[in-house]
Amino acid sequence: MIEKNVLVDNPTGLNAKTAALLVQVAGKFSSNIWIKKEDKRVNAKSIIALMSLAISKGTDITIEAEGEDEQLAINELTELFQFGLGD
Amino acid sequence: MFSVNLKEIADEFQLEVVTCADKINEKVITTPEMNRPGLQLAGFLKHVGEDRIQIIGNAETAYLDELSPDERMKRLEDFFKFNFPCVIVARGLEVCAELKCVSEQYGIPVLRTKEITSRFFSYLANYLNVQLAPRENRHGVLVEVYGEGILILGESNVGKSETALELLKRGHRLVADDNVEIRKVSDRTLVGTAPDIIRHFMEIRAIGILDVKTLFGVGSVKMTEKINLVIHLEKWDENKTYDRLGLVEEYTEILGVKIPLLSVPVRPGRNLAMIVEVAAMNNRQKTMGYNAAKVLSERIMAEIGRKSAEDA
Repeated sequence: MIEKNVLVDNPTGLNAKTAALLVQVAGKFSSNIWIKKEDKRVNAKSIIALMSLAISKGTDITIEAEGEDEQLAINELTELFQFGLGD
Repeated sequence: MFSVNLKEIADEFQLEVVTCADKINEKVITTPEMNRPGLQLAGFLKHVGEDRIQIIGNAETAYLDELSPDERMKRLEDFFKFNFPCVIVARGLEVCAELKCVSEQYGIPVLRTKEITSRFFSYLANYLNVQLAPRENRHGVLVEVYGEGILILGESNVGKSETALELLKRGHRLVADDNVEIRKVSDRTLVGTAPDIIRHFMEIRAIGILDVKTLFGVGSVKMTEKINLVIHLEKWDENKTYDRLGLVEEYTEILGVKIPLLSVPVRPGRNLAMIVEVAAMNNRQKTMGYNAAKVLSERIMAEIGRKSAEDA
């Protein structure tokens, strides 16, 4: 399993729209992917679970991935956050 | 370690704050243990339980009343030196001047309830047990089917939410979708609930977000449910042999609690909701002491035994 810390920096944070995009990208990979905020860790392929974290701008989160394409998944998701989740 | 602050407890039980109202936000409780300080007030100061809420009832109050004001002051001071989170006086009893004075001096709040001491003690113990319980979040769906709490686990896309939806249509209840917060409230009991913010919302692929409570009515949802059975949905694997009898019981462990586990292979066209329903009923029957697989197996063994006796 690998993990990476990223900063959520887009203006709206992880709202319904940005969460939907994140789920869409995470869903492309066969690896299990999680998003961790403080002590809460949820499945990145579930939009409802992601929204439950109520992640706002400026939050530090951790992306975790485990599986064959874990490195690819981490890279692409990190990039997605860096480009502000299409916000 | 989890904690709950005194303000939350005061609000939950509608306690009257008698002294140090400004301190109740900063006092945190980290243990579900509580103490009735009879021995400590009598002067035995080993095992005070510095982290515990101290509850004073009729007996302690009557004892303090018997002492002279000076002695009362001294005993209370010796006791308050241990810096516990708070004192709660039960039965709406009078808080004596010395207790108020020592409480202000040490900055330890005194609160009051109208409840009877032992009853309040057990309400508070239950509350603290839940608030301070070890917990973990699981990716899955928690439903109540025929009174049994069923936690459906499995990878994304295996059909957990769709199964839950079908169960809702059949009149069962949703507790949590996709993110289940599980608390260990006792050594053998797990209770699941949904995070407040997404409670009773679901996502079904191709339809989108659903609000189950408004769509199916309040009868279709529940706030919390004990977890009686875990059903693990998995992609059908031709090379794996699945249990055909149900004689050997499988278990899984969540937070150190053993829960019966059923692995159910998923294949298109398989009616999972019906399988979950029957599994729930079967689990219920097993807890009531009847195991169908065992009964049938015993019946056949008896028949075989009878035949071989005849042949001999």
